[in-house]
Amino acid sequence: MAIELRVPTILRTYTGGEKAVSGAGATLAEFIDDVNGAHPGLKERIVEGQPEELRRFVNVYVNDEDVRFTGGLATGVKDGDVVVVLPAVAGG
Amino acid sequence: MVGAAGRSPYRGVVLIIDSATYDAIVAHARRDHPDEACGVVAGPAGSDRPERFIPMLNAAMSPTFYEFDSGDLLRLYKEMDSRDEEPVVIYHSHTATEAYPSRTDINLAGEPGAHYVLVSTRDGANSPSHDGPVEFRSYRIIDGEVAEEEVRVVEKYEELEGEN
Repeated sequence: MAIELRVPTILRTYTGGEKAVSGAGATLAEFIDDVNGAHPGLKERIVEGQPEELRRFVNVYVNDEDVRFTGGLATGVKDGDVVVVLPAVAGG
Repeated sequence: MVGAAGRSPYRGVVLIIDSATYDAIVAHARRDHPDEACGVVAGPAGSDRPERFIPMLNAAMSPTFYEFDSGDLLRLYKEMDSRDEEPVVIYHSHTATEAYPSRTDINLAGEPGAHYVLVSTRDGANSPSHDGPVEFRSYRIIDGEVAEEEVRVVEKYEELEGEN
């Protein structure tokens, strides 16, 4: 069992075209670090700054919940969870 | 499952859109003026054919910005995924400027396979009848590069059969 990451089209260049990859971790931050180990570059498209936070125009959901409402990168994750990343559809 | 770019001979060269969908996009832009309107036209993955018109709420409710609500966005993508669709067209309106992607539009464009449609209501939507002229233009936006493409309005997509 693992945690699954659903990868949006624009980030599949980092996953060899795969629509979903898996990883492990107790928090979203740990999970993203773990996935980034196998798919370098992915993390910086999702996270920015120091201290690290989610990019403003990237939406991340754990089991369909927007993590902005559940603790952001500190959101707890566990085996069997599904993490979805979607770039915001936005502009001016 | 398919979905690879490049299956349509027209991809990246022209947006082919049926008149009912074209009219629906323009009507949405007029209706939401002076706020920006936004939405998607989904189509079968790999088809490059905008078939299913999905007007979205502009969660920013702004004359200078648009953004899909995050919950709406997730539902939309899950639904398209389950139907083996992709966002063939992503549209929004500019209500005070021309129908050309803004710097923000370019920076935030996250669907390299989509036709980005811009509708400007700056000339047409302030008249009492809301029926003045609007601009309707289409672009590819990939890695910060904007390429305008021809827009070809057809009555039905079947008219294209035999053209290839």
